[in-house]
Amino acid sequence: MQLHWIDYLIIILYSAFVLGVGFALKKYMRTSLDFFLSGRRIPAWITGLAFISANLGALELMGMAASGAKYGMLTSHFYWVGAIPAMLFLGLFMMPFYYGSRARSVPEYLRLRYDEKTRGLNAVAFACVTVLVGGIDMYAMALIFKLMLGWSIHATIILSALVVLVYTALGGLTSSIYNEVLQFFLIVLGILPMAVLGVMEAGGWQGLVTRLGADHAVIWRNLGSPQSNPMGVEWFGLVMGLGFVLSFGYWCTDFLVVQRAMAARDMGSAQRTPLIGAIPKMFIPFLVIVPGMVAWAVIPHDLFTVTPPGGVAHTDFNFALPLMLARYYPSGMLGVGLTALLAGFISGMAGNITAFNTVVTYDLYQSYIRPKAEDRHYLRTGRVVTAIGIIIMVLAAYLAMQYSNIMDYLQLIFSFVNAPLFATFLLGMFWKRATPNGAFFGLLSGIFGAAVHNGLTLSGTNPVGIKGGWLAAMFGSGPLHTYPSEMAQNFWSAIFAWTTCFVITIVISLFTKPREESELGGLVYALTKKPSYHALHWIQRPATLAVFVGIVVILLNWIFR
Amino acid sequence: MSTETQLDVRWPIGLLFLAVGFLVALYGLIVGPQVPGNLDRGVNLDLIWGIVLFLFGVFMVWSARRAGRQQETERPAGKGAPSA
Repeated sequence: MQLHWIDYLIIILYSAFVLGVGFALKKYMRTSLDFFLSGRRIPAWITGLAFISANLGALELMGMAASGAKYGMLTSHFYWVGAIPAMLFLGLFMMPFYYGSRARSVPEYLRLRYDEKTRGLNAVAFACVTVLVGGIDMYAMALIFKLMLGWSIHATIILSALVVLVYTALGGLTSSIYNEVLQFFLIVLGILPMAVLGVMEAGGWQGLVTRLGADHAVIWRNLGSPQSNPMGVEWFGLVMGLGFVLSFGYWCTDFLVVQRAMAARDMGSAQRTPLIGAIPKMFIPFLVIVPGMVAWAVIPHDLFTVTPPGGVAHTDFNFALPLMLARYYPSGMLGVGLTALLAGFISGMAGNITAFNTVVTYDLYQSYIRPKAEDRHYLRTGRVVTAIGIIIMVLAAYLAMQYSNIMDYLQLIFSFVNAPLFATFLLGMFWKRATPNGAFFGLLSGIFGAAVHNGLTLSGTNPVGIKGGWLAAMFGSGPLHTYPSEMAQNFWSAIFAWTTCFVITIVISLFTKPREESELGGLVYALTKKPSYHALHWIQRPATLAVFVGIVVILLNWIFR
Repeated sequence: MSTETQLDVRWPIGLLFLAVGFLVALYGLIVGPQVPGNLDRGVNLDLIWGIVLFLFGVFMVWSARRAGRQQETERPAGKGAPSA
């Protein structure tokens, strides 16, 4: 792929605007709350777009297009089953506790609801996962720019890290949110023509289905057994593993996304944040999955083949998006398309770093190292933590290079850490009898359960090791069960983790002392006054938005069934 | 927490799209239809989509100006109101 001066000019222009936004916002960062939570004064439409854009980084753009090429429309389960229901649940039922408790982070809610040790465990686990994900984003960006333009992986990592460092250290969460909104429009307007031209070349939707086979266009019909679909999953594993445990674990408890809603200007805006985000989220499959399908339908398959030095040639679906850009975009639009990708990668990293600096500063530094300093001290600390976090991310990027399938790697991390966490929150918010000890040991058991499941099972033809079976091998036996695909193994790992955490938390809670009800107001459903929206026009009420989104997503599932 | 009026996010978005849209459309106008991937579609994608991007920028800037004027009229004299 050859870039011309116009393409470089557009990329430089975008970088200048991103840095400019950081400089323009610096003067508004007077307190730590301004820096970490945007002073809680952002309108719902901005936090809503930032909410989904924070998740529109390397994983969505490259991973989803790659999955689209490999699995077809089945990939849309990651949106219509694996995201929207959880976003509706967060907006309707969980935001009143997060926002109403005035917690500054998800781990801080755990301290208010349970105790310090549960918060500490969650904060440490979250900080570690966040830098790993940030590292994956960095690596993905460096890889794509090396493949397309021959840029040095090392130089790309360092340059992108510097841009993210400057704009997040200056403008904090506001800077990150503003750039996420900018990135959202860049991605939609930068990728839309490619999707349209691609479908036109494939002969319309029917032509695309004819080229790929009808199996690539349906999402429910082949889920009767793992053998009848290319993902190797069955409907129960998909609905429970992805649609319930992993999805709710991510969208409802991951501070990276919840932080955007916490920055909203009032309770109504906080509740509407994930609901507004769900509207464009429902249609993103047409922007990322469909181009992936087109890539596999119209581009010669040998262009997807890579031969690593000293290795065996194999098909790499991560080429789908870069190949589509090269096929459809002339100079000029190529700059716009590349800038959209760049924006996705950069703001994905920034999202990770702003969540990381908040949790490290508030939940680790302020809690355990320096509890009673002046507010200005925490503002300064936040900036230093931002720099440290980016250095760790760069190191994590080099770690991420060891794994070829970015998507499965992420699922593995989430199944260990995020999956059990949702059980802790669910019980904490809706069962006032859940005790601090029950939550802590339940959470530990859940993480342990995920690791044990991974260690005892394997998938496909994977060798024993990081992909599973390692625990069984330690006892001199083979894996207890072999799943047809890695995805199925990860979904079931999540189900095991969640169930372990849920059951152990209940059992221990029944034998340990709960907290006084007087301490749980605003933290538990039964002891919290529900927000009233009777004064609002019916169309502005969170429930109305949720019903609308729910109907549309059911329709989409029905149309592509 | 400061209560000072923040930068309206529609300004940087609008200005970036104005600039990018203008550049891409102008480039398309000068260079004419290009043939990426050896597929001749006879479409000047740069010109067409550059205009779309430019119009989106115009809409964002217009929307930011309108919101700014509205705030000016609603804000009591001497007080800053939060916005984004």
